Amino acid sequence: MRSPMHSPIVLYGARFLSPYIMLFGLYVIMHGHYSPGGGFQGGALLAASVLLMRLAAGQEVARLQFKDVWAMPLAVLGIAIYFGAGLVGVIAGGYFLDYAHLPLPGVEPAKLRYYGLLIIEVGIGMAVMAILVMIYDNMTLGEDTDE
Amino acid sequence: MKAAQLLVIALFGALLVYGTSDLPHRGRADNRMHAEVSMSGTPVAGNYYIRNAYRDAKTPNMVTVILGDYRGVDTLGEEVVILTAGLITILVLRRRRDT
Repeated sequence: MRSPMHSPIVLYGARFLSPYIMLFGLYVIMHGHYSPGGGFQGGALLAASVLLMRLAAGQEVARLQFKDVWAMPLAVLGIAIYFGAGLVGVIAGGYFLDYAHLPLPGVEPAKLRYYGLLIIEVGIGMAVMAILVMIYDNMTLGEDTDE
Repeated sequence: MKAAQLLVIALFGALLVYGTSDLPHRGRADNRMHAEVSMSGTPVAGNYYIRNAYRDAKTPNMVTVILGDYRGVDTLGEEVVILTAGLITILVLRRRRDT
């Protein structure tokens, strides 16, 4: 940041809050089948916990939590999980994104759709979190290193 | 100028209030959005989702089933849009090293 506040209160407050926001984001992703939520919302919460540390502690310290070079591979991996879940259905003889054809033996088709939804929610959450962090990092790149 | 702006805002607010006075009441059974057949005579897709979402995917949250299963390709497209936005920030916002 251009003018960081070197305030220990802000830093410790952010360090206290960040893990809980991250945990709540994971809960929102994993509990999206039963309550309002899902990949997009949970991914935004995960990104919020990372960006809180970025804002409070500056890039150098916050990189200990989430390195900025991880964002791009994580985003592509999230999309690949979603696309792969659709493509496996095609290979197994169904339509694209038809989770009832996922190759898990002994599970009824409705339950397969349940697990397919869980897989794509995780993929969406990873991609949304990584891309939001990536946008912030690209906007502030090089602004706190020349202090 | 200030008075004209306030007048425009007040008139627009009055227009919105006049418009909301004609909306159907929320939750009434004979509302247009609760009909099983649309105005053009085709069956409404929402009825299918409400009746079969739990049976098809064993998931109580109907919105998740619609977004992830029935409209899965649409959600995949949304995700690709977000990825494109992230890639554009690399091209546009990232500072070059030689400047």
